[in-house]
Amino acid sequence: MLSIKEYQTVTSISGPLMMVEMVDAAKYGHIVDIELGDGSIRHGQILQVENDKVLVQVFEGTSGIDVEKSTVRFLAKPLELAVSPEILGRVFNGLGQPKDDGPAIIPTKRLDINGQPINPYARNYPNEFIQTGISTIDGLNPLVRGQKLPIFSGAGLPHDQITAQLARQASVLGHGEQFAVVFAAMGITFEAAQFFINDLHETGAIERSVMFVNLANDPAIERIATPRFALTCAEYLAFEQDMHVLVILNDMTNYCEALREISAARKEVPGRRGYPGYLYTDLATIYERSGRIKGKDGSITMVPVLTMPEDDKTHPVPDLTGYITEGQIILSRSLHRKAVSPPVDVLPSLSRLKDKGIGEGKTREDHADLYNQLYAGYARGKEAQELATIMGEAALSAEDKKYMTFANEFETRYISQGYYENRSVEDTLNLGWELLSMFDDSELKRIDVDLIKKYMPRFRNKN
Amino acid sequence: MSETRQGRVVKVAGPVVTADGMTGARMYDVVRVGKLNLIGEIVELHGDLASIQVYEETVGIGPGEPVIDTEAPLSVELGPGLIESIYDGIQRPLDLLVEAEGEFMSRGSAMPGLNRKKRWLFKPTIENGAEVSVGDIVGEVKEGPLLVHKIMVPVGVQGKVENLNEGEYTVIETIGVVKAADGSEIKLKLMQTWPVRNSRAVINRLAPNQLLITGQRVIDTFFPIAKGGTACVPGPFGTGKTVVQHQLAKWVDADVVVYVGCGERGNEMTDVLTEFPELKDPRSGEPLMKRSVLIANTSNMPVAAREASVYTGITIAEYFRDMGYVVALMADSTSRWAEAMREISTRLEEMPAEEGYPAYLGARIAAFYERAGRVNCCGKPKREGALSIIGAVSPPGGDLSDSVVQATLHVVKVFWSLMAKLAQQRHFPAIDWLTSYSFYKEYLANCFEDKDQADKMVALTIESMGLLEQESQLLEIVRLVGAEALSPTDRMALETSRSLREDYLHQNAFHKVDTYTSMEKQYELLGMIMYLHKQSLAAIAKGVSIEDIFKLPVREEIARAKYIPQEEIAKVVKIRETIDEQIGKCKS
Repeated sequence: MLSIKEYQTVTSISGPLMMVEMVDAAKYGHIVDIELGDGSIRHGQILQVENDKVLVQVFEGTSGIDVEKSTVRFLAKPLELAVSPEILGRVFNGLGQPKDDGPAIIPTKRLDINGQPINPYARNYPNEFIQTGISTIDGLNPLVRGQKLPIFSGAGLPHDQITAQLARQASVLGHGEQFAVVFAAMGITFEAAQFFINDLHETGAIERSVMFVNLANDPAIERIATPRFALTCAEYLAFEQDMHVLVILNDMTNYCEALREISAARKEVPGRRGYPGYLYTDLATIYERSGRIKGKDGSITMVPVLTMPEDDKTHPVPDLTGYITEGQIILSRSLHRKAVSPPVDVLPSLSRLKDKGIGEGKTREDHADLYNQLYAGYARGKEAQELATIMGEAALSAEDKKYMTFANEFETRYISQGYYENRSVEDTLNLGWELLSMFDDSELKRIDVDLIKKYMPRFRNKN
Repeated sequence: MSETRQGRVVKVAGPVVTADGMTGARMYDVVRVGKLNLIGEIVELHGDLASIQVYEETVGIGPGEPVIDTEAPLSVELGPGLIESIYDGIQRPLDLLVEAEGEFMSRGSAMPGLNRKKRWLFKPTIENGAEVSVGDIVGEVKEGPLLVHKIMVPVGVQGKVENLNEGEYTVIETIGVVKAADGSEIKLKLMQTWPVRNSRAVINRLAPNQLLITGQRVIDTFFPIAKGGTACVPGPFGTGKTVVQHQLAKWVDADVVVYVGCGERGNEMTDVLTEFPELKDPRSGEPLMKRSVLIANTSNMPVAAREASVYTGITIAEYFRDMGYVVALMADSTSRWAEAMREISTRLEEMPAEEGYPAYLGARIAAFYERAGRVNCCGKPKREGALSIIGAVSPPGGDLSDSVVQATLHVVKVFWSLMAKLAQQRHFPAIDWLTSYSFYKEYLANCFEDKDQADKMVALTIESMGLLEQESQLLEIVRLVGAEALSPTDRMALETSRSLREDYLHQNAFHKVDTYTSMEKQYELLGMIMYLHKQSLAAIAKGVSIEDIFKLPVREEIARAKYIPQEEIAKVVKIRETIDEQIGKCKS
């Protein structure tokens, strides 16, 4: 019954948008193919229908499209991704079409890329610790399966190295569990994408990965669909193939800019910095697709990367992201300058789900108290560092000096570990105790006395 | 039944659909849109054109599809079965939807809010033949171990009650009839419905006179909220708005808690769902879930249903208030609600006011908070109910000049300001003691039976707040010239305020003892810290060196006193003796 209808009634084109008139029975959100005069095909999606007038956003951009010769085909379906277990190891473009030399996917299923929200009642609370081998994450901001934890970065900061390290090291398997990486590149450079792909090749993880690549020179509007393809693929792998999927979305700032372009072309009332008022809701439909579901073995853990313009955390993209995601890992330019790698800014970074994923039986009983103490100590040390820059080190009290030494040690030994060291959580915890051993027991107010007796190196050696 | 009015879709733009052929439809009538039967609400009328905000995703809807007017406003079902439920923004039970349709939300599903099959034991509390009118309690249903669900006469019903019998009924069966003066009969049921956008009637409103105890030290001691009061918690992300909301939902001394997760994270609702059945109410010892109703319209669920979710929540809360209960409603977050309003307004092409928000934003927010209050409920027997609202606000970039924050501050009486700086220092709850305020402080004394204790507590709060204020000024000086340059009394003030911050205001929500502090223990803890301060100052005056005071071993005991369980509160009281003893030993 679903006949495909063709129209040659394009009436206007402006920016990425195209108006088609005298259309019968178009549906909101469905997709169209546009055949240009020269026979080439472009893709679009219906943004608005009013009587017989249809507003279409063209993913590949409208340059070269003319009003007279173009033919628009209404495909009467939403954007879909063809999935099958063979999807692993493949590379697609930003619109979900194969980009490698492999054959077309023979689909077992076609899935609407917009998905449907997970019923909150069906969710399983994320509480399984993932060892990433990075101390600042495992020790201080633990990541759990089903969490969405973005990396707030800036131009010139090494977020690519960190995501590669995460993908490489977090793939430690449990018994009989399967792991997959889904990588969505949105407007990043060829070099950045290739770095990541090469890294996966080297570790052999490429066979367990699916890539959706929209590079900086690919059509910008296409980026709106890219993360949705990636997440549809992730949902299929996680909830139908029982895999633990790590999704990396790089870079969400480019995605938001594409969204802004569409909004501006539609002449919508802009919100802050020209971004549309519905940016929060739109981002939520992406980020909230991570999680675990009761009765299913798989999970989707998401690490979106975004670059903050001028390192400004209050910019709408990081700001709204932070309101949706469960914490954030913030990179610090000053640590990067000090050659601390990975340069994770510990104090403003946060993992909201940490408390449920750690402790006895998961990591170790002293974990929570330990990171509280390390935080408190480092925060105080940072203050002393600042004080020293104002008044000079000589003016500091003996106690402040001690905290400052602690902060310095903490940065060079705990935070800094390089991109290829894979620390076990045990090592990370012990390192924390070692650093705290410069304080008296009475100064470690955030740690239970019994735990100090049990784990502090000076007592351990006696036992 | 008259012929149902049916229109036709002419335009679809995101969550807003326009239909023609809708002559005679009323504003805010609920309609079913398209072949998928999506639920929507009329928000604008122009001739025979109606603009409809649709509570579900509209992909796949196109011109020509039918629109059916149900000729009723958006309403919720009120009756036994609300407690322990989890609903979406338009009162569809999420637990039953999972069973019926799977883990992902599907569209067009209509499921009643109250279970139609479950039978409840109803006991009349009035005699047949009695005259009843609106709000009168005709009987009771025991709903769970904690709550007696009072069955009230719905609006518009008046007359002589007949055939009211004890028995087991479903919510739609007739429990009795009311014979009006004109001879007509109206059937009474356990369930009634109420349009969510209208507030439920009361006889009159009263000023609050009692605090809603939350067990959170910084709140109860310094910035308390009253039963029937309103509070807002604004703060940038990561400052713990949601943890504060969860803590309040867990520990407030209310009879019923309605928690509205409005446009927030799905996992947070899961957290509530997994924690509440396990946590015990400190007063009754029963699981907290037995007094809670949850509304979850997470950020990825349709935006129009998010707009409705706070109204659904408040209507349910008002219904319990009308039974004479103390009810607390948490809305997390009202900013997402305001954004939903903005999105709908934009699609309706209304003229925007500040930041794209509609011009009626302030009025809507004010009207929502005004539904809180302590009231004389309608009907017999005479009873008082109270409804408190605690709304989280998520201003962009933590900027308090945001329209939603400002509109909220106009109406609420308590302001808990969350600071990113405190959160970074892992000082939780990150409520800033210098900028927060509460208009309900005067009722603090009512929390204590002992008049003397009440007076002392009030004095303690004033004294300690004075110290914290002084600290902020002294720290400026320290930054310039170093701590050594201060006089011993000033250094003592600094030390005590540090102790107030770390040992009193800082409270660990995840520690099994520290998560809740009774009023009695708050009094003892604060008293102890201030006692040390007073005794130390006296010793310094006698010539004891401040370094000796700083080295007192009792300080560590004070720091850990908050972890002493309620049952062993005598241990806290005893610390004062230790203070005396150790200061006495200091050499002057």
